[in-house]
Amino acid sequence: MSAALSMQDAPPILEVEALTMRFGGLVAVDAVSFTARRGDITALIGPNGAGKTTVFNCITGFYRPSDGALRLHAADGVAELHRLKDHRIARAGVARTFQNIRLFPGMTALENLLVAQTVPLQAKTGFGIVALLGLGAYRKAEAAAVARAVAWLRATNLLDRADDPAGALPYGAQRRLEIARAMCTAPSLLCLDEPAAGLNPRESDELARLLRAIRDGTAAEGEPAVSVLLIEHDMGIVMTISDHVVVLDHGRKIAEGPPAVVRNDRTVIAAYLGEGDDD
Amino acid sequence: MSAFSQGGAGGRITAALRDATIAAAVAFGLFVVMVGLRTDVSPTGALVLRERWTEVAMLCALVFAGRLVVTLWGLRPQSLGQSPERAAAMARAGKLFAPLLLAAALVLPFVPGIGRYELDLGILVLTYVMLGWGLNIVVGLAGLLDLGYVAFYAVGAYSYALLAQYFGLSFWICLPLAGILAAFWGILLGFPVLRLRGDYLAIVTLAFGEIIRIVLLNWVSLTGGPNGMSGIPRPTFFGLPFNMSGEPGTFAGFFGIEPDPVHRVVFLYYLILGLALLTNWVTIRIRRQPIGRAWEALREDEIACRALGINVRNTKLTAFALGAMFGGFAGAFFATRQGFISPESFTFIESAIILAIVVLGGMGSQVGVAVAAIVMIGGFELFRDLEEWRMLVFGAAMVVIMVLRPRGLVGSRTPTIALGEKRAIGAGHVSEGRG
Repeated sequence: MSAALSMQDAPPILEVEALTMRFGGLVAVDAVSFTARRGDITALIGPNGAGKTTVFNCITGFYRPSDGALRLHAADGVAELHRLKDHRIARAGVARTFQNIRLFPGMTALENLLVAQTVPLQAKTGFGIVALLGLGAYRKAEAAAVARAVAWLRATNLLDRADDPAGALPYGAQRRLEIARAMCTAPSLLCLDEPAAGLNPRESDELARLLRAIRDGTAAEGEPAVSVLLIEHDMGIVMTISDHVVVLDHGRKIAEGPPAVVRNDRTVIAAYLGEGDDD
Repeated sequence: MSAFSQGGAGGRITAALRDATIAAAVAFGLFVVMVGLRTDVSPTGALVLRERWTEVAMLCALVFAGRLVVTLWGLRPQSLGQSPERAAAMARAGKLFAPLLLAAALVLPFVPGIGRYELDLGILVLTYVMLGWGLNIVVGLAGLLDLGYVAFYAVGAYSYALLAQYFGLSFWICLPLAGILAAFWGILLGFPVLRLRGDYLAIVTLAFGEIIRIVLLNWVSLTGGPNGMSGIPRPTFFGLPFNMSGEPGTFAGFFGIEPDPVHRVVFLYYLILGLALLTNWVTIRIRRQPIGRAWEALREDEIACRALGINVRNTKLTAFALGAMFGGFAGAFFATRQGFISPESFTFIESAIILAIVVLGGMGSQVGVAVAAIVMIGGFELFRDLEEWRMLVFGAAMVVIMVLRPRGLVGSRTPTIALGEKRAIGAGHVSEGRG
């Protein structure tokens, strides 16, 4: 899937339109607009304090934007994310991971992935009565949930650690488990907050391979392709795996395009090197 | 600590002696004023200062010896990250222990030598086991620190008393109604406190418990205020009352046995045992359900729950409601057992005892809570002969348990589902929840 092709042809998955976020007098994000396309890995980059995480938190519902619109083009219609509460955004099809990993440390890897499927499973419990009595309909649903969890454990190479508490896994494995957990919510868009932070080069390579497989729908058995939006500091990863890069600085979008173009953009180089601060 | 090992056994003893001397010195400093000097009223009516140096010396010697034992024989808190083998061994022991405990509870009324007093104590202990299991849903699973649990116990008790007095409803109709009403109050309390966490949640729930008690105390026209409500109907054996007349319409008469006041006590014993086991069964089943897993996930990390699409508000409310419902059942049972209730039975100390049972037992562990209830309530009775020293012994026992097992008797967590064998998760990984 070449970047140039997807830029022109693919329909959008997420439209960010004039997104503005003010904290009191501080404008953290100032009228940022960009589009993430279906089947792409879109990267959001920028120097520290550029407003990447704020944009990210608006998309995932942890902040409510002061102004602007966020539209998710999921399979079952368009969701206006800026009007939804955080858990509704997750249900609409946006899954996220956290910069400082937020797993359920006292629960096993498998349980973590089952918690991610709470919403569809809950619908099958018949107000708890069917499940309380252990009846067939719920059992079938739970078996399907376990199968999906196992598929993702296999995809993230964690199958042999399935029954270990998440808190006991090594750091790299925790990062992978968090991605697996996000994928178990069956999202349309996977949002990753610095997924490569703290990984060694070998783990970073594995992560890049996993993200490409998620984009192409080959990561786990029977799972559809999912578009990816990521914030990343590691330029190596950004340049190798992204199809589209959006650069922020001081809360504004300063460049956008395929990695090869963005890499040679003069304003981007200036922003990263701290030169020519002429605004 | 490394200095001890270099110095060998001799160095270790010297260090332990020094440590114990310091402890004794601190104890001396405290006890000189607290125990050594005492003001008494002399026969002439004047205040005199009495000196009690023997007691001070005894206490200091006790502290010295105790500290020496602690340092030399390693009476230290176990490290939180205890080995998985150890946790697995504990889990295996727990698997055997729970059925044994249940069997003992089932045959207790028929064990020779078990009289009315022992059965009454058993009923009391089982009431607290049930309350502990109910609160365990809120505190142990969902990680919401609730200091006002006794409010739901009170709601259950007064629901039965009022429904029986004003509408003449029987115990078996009132029991589910008491549970529903308590659950309703649980949701009512849940709404305003949804945004609060940790200490703030604890304070508001504490206040809620007091509000309920003070309303019961002051609404004299409805509840009788401080005089309480008496003449609450006793339970019947599916319509057959327990009384001494032996007529055909009574329990004894129907089954053709000699009327005996113990029948009712045995019936109450099995009733509370059944109610407690119902609480346990529901909790165990619900832990393996999406809602139960969501509760535990909420305890572990609320923000991650939101990111997974879990409705945190509803999840918390169900935990409050279900916990409160079992509190309400226990309250209705309490009312029918006592035949008399007053706001005095529902003070904050009850909430504190129930919470202590949950914390002591190990948050989230069913067997641990049962054992803690037996130890706390049973132990409290056991030390009755010690009179005013009872509280001291009781407090010391709690301190010892918390020093030895800071995460409760059973601190580990059993996974709800596993691909292979279920292995207990060490207490070090499991969070306690911050509301």
